[in-house]
Amino acid sequence: MYSYSDFDRAFLAERNAQFRAQVERRLKGHLTEDEFKPLRLMNGVYLQLHAYMLRVAIPYGTLNGAQMRQLALLAEKWDKGYGHFTTRQNIQYNWPKLRDIPDMLDALAEVGLHAIQTSGNTIRNTTADHFAGAAADEIADPRPLAELIRQWSTDHPEFQFLGRKFKIAITGSPEDRAVTAAHDIGLRIVTRDGEQGLQVLVGGGLGRTPMIGQVLRDFLPRADLLPYLEAALSTYNLLGRRDNKYKARIKITVHENGIEEIRRLVEARFIETRAEFSGEDQALLAQIEAQFTPPAFRGGNTETYDAAYAADPVFRAWADTNLAAHRRADHAIVSISLKAPGATPGDATAAQMRVMADLAGQYGYDELRISHEQNVILPHVHKSDLPALHAVLKHHGLATANIGLISDIIACPGMDYCALATARSIPIAQEIATRFEELKLEHDIGPMKIKISGCINACGHHHVGHIGILGLDRAGVENYQITLGGDAGPDAVIGSRTGPGFPAEEIVPAIERLIRAYLDLREDAAEPFLATYRRLGDAPFKSALYDESARTKAA
Amino acid sequence: MPRPFTPKVVTASDLLEGDVIYLTAEDGWTRQLTEAELIQDEAHAQLRLLFAESQPNSVVGAYLAEVKPGPRGPEPTHFREAFRATGPSNYAHGKQAGA
Ligand code: SF4
Repeated sequence: MYSYSDFDRAFLAERNAQFRAQVERRLKGHLTEDEFKPLRLMNGVYLQLHAYMLRVAIPYGTLNGAQMRQLALLAEKWDKGYGHFTTRQNIQYNWPKLRDIPDMLDALAEVGLHAIQTSGNTIRNTTADHFAGAAADEIADPRPLAELIRQWSTDHPEFQFLGRKFKIAITGSPEDRAVTAAHDIGLRIVTRDGEQGLQVLVGGGLGRTPMIGQVLRDFLPRADLLPYLEAALSTYNLLGRRDNKYKARIKITVHENGIEEIRRLVEARFIETRAEFSGEDQALLAQIEAQFTPPAFRGGNTETYDAAYAADPVFRAWADTNLAAHRRADHAIVSISLKAPGATPGDATAAQMRVMADLAGQYGYDELRISHEQNVILPHVHKSDLPALHAVLKHHGLATANIGLISDIIACPGMDYCALATARSIPIAQEIATRFEELKLEHDIGPMKIKISGCINACGHHHVGHIGILGLDRAGVENYQITLGGDAGPDAVIGSRTGPGFPAEEIVPAIERLIRAYLDLREDAAEPFLATYRRLGDAPFKSALYDESARTKAA
Repeated sequence: MPRPFTPKVVTASDLLEGDVIYLTAEDGWTRQLTEAELIQDEAHAQLRLLFAESQPNSVVGAYLAEVKPGPRGPEPTHFREAFRATGPSNYAHGKQAGA
């Protein structure tokens, strides 16, 4: 993976020193809050409901063991012993003190991490497929390009004051695990006539006006990535609306001007930007790529794995749900679930972070990934090591076998932490997971993605959940609206709203009715929820939600 | 017809800690909603808010939050203020931990 150059280290040290001085000036009263706020936001510092929050970028979701240990140290030393992994491959600390944050940033810099541009109207952390570099179905590892984008976009003078925040995601696999279609720009590595290039999507985004990205360029040669991004960003920077915050994202610019017009403008600008790039970016990319060579995979047979799989049903259940196909047959990709039923989705304690770092060191070539689904991945583990690894995970409460199942819920922090929230999300996730754990139905239900957001900003991706839940404030009471049929995959779909929302105490029973309706309606156990929904439409599910609740109320 | 005034407290975040604070009748700040000054009248509310806003070096984002009088002092009327007054629901952190 990428390690910082002297230039990177010097740049970050200077930025951190600047921020330290800004905090000092704020504390002495030389800066007002209005002056200080944009400065702290540029460094990932929010003021939330109960405390400051520090959001640290995990570039394209990749960490090494030392970085994960440092995240644990921050959690212990300056927070309350845990961190929260978000849907954008960031980690958030919920309780830092303003005075301590410069020290936290310096500690992060020691391991090549930062919080720059994790907030504000800038290009945010570029997210990537969390199986990047490991997945069997991958065309190419997208992370060198993501790192190139990180370096290009960090402190890019033209794009520090965009009309609104700007999110880029990249995948190197046709099985889009990075939800590229829900990003301002989505990049998909594709091949044409044996040559690798990128399909460029634009104008996707969830939030108040959810939209699926449209194809801006079907095939972009890899070498043109930065000039093309620069063309797209500068077109948006000029054309995007600044009169109305809710119409400022590029999805609205695309919607209002039409994809043809945007394409015409971007291509015209691209002629100019391409002429300005003299090839240094490609030289840099070559240096970056050299740092993303795959580890020296070890060989050896997989007998211990096969034996454990045959003999131990607990191991087998975990292997069936939490392992994914690695590009090498003797290795596997391990997903470590941060979704034990009743736990807060995406939270890991410092102790758990250290265990995962140790396991990465011992069995995983020192590599870890954070998924947008708020889990931790060990991308390369030899199969013969899996039984031992599983035993350690089990010992530390990290062996929950639920990846892709109903209790593997995405939930944003909601009103337990977030100042923008209109309702809570975490307790709803906890209750749903606990309820289905009691019912012992999880494995019978099969693939199921529930995603919960605590407000219209949709950080919990509810629009693309098979079942999406949006928490709202209805006349001073928490109320939860359901959407059905969303899909975050390569052919992303925005779910449709079922009807009136449910108060907090009725939302879990409502979800249970939906699931029971699905179990009754599916053709057989092999038909997942989404397929049944697509086959039958929403009528039977709406009936389960509303007619049954009317019946129980009448009874 | 103007709407009748509903009782308020002045609340904000502490600059250093970032936690929730309330203005007391004695011109100080407290971490406990029950110890906050219960403001019963619009003109006084505006004065107290101005007073809070005149302390930008210790207080961030002051505003008037609706409350109702209770036996132990002001009580929240909206769930957002209830969470601010207690802490998150997933861990016993925040104010509920210090009580
Ligand atoms: S969806 Fe809303 S409540 Fe949830 S984290 Fe985003 S802004 Fe906060």
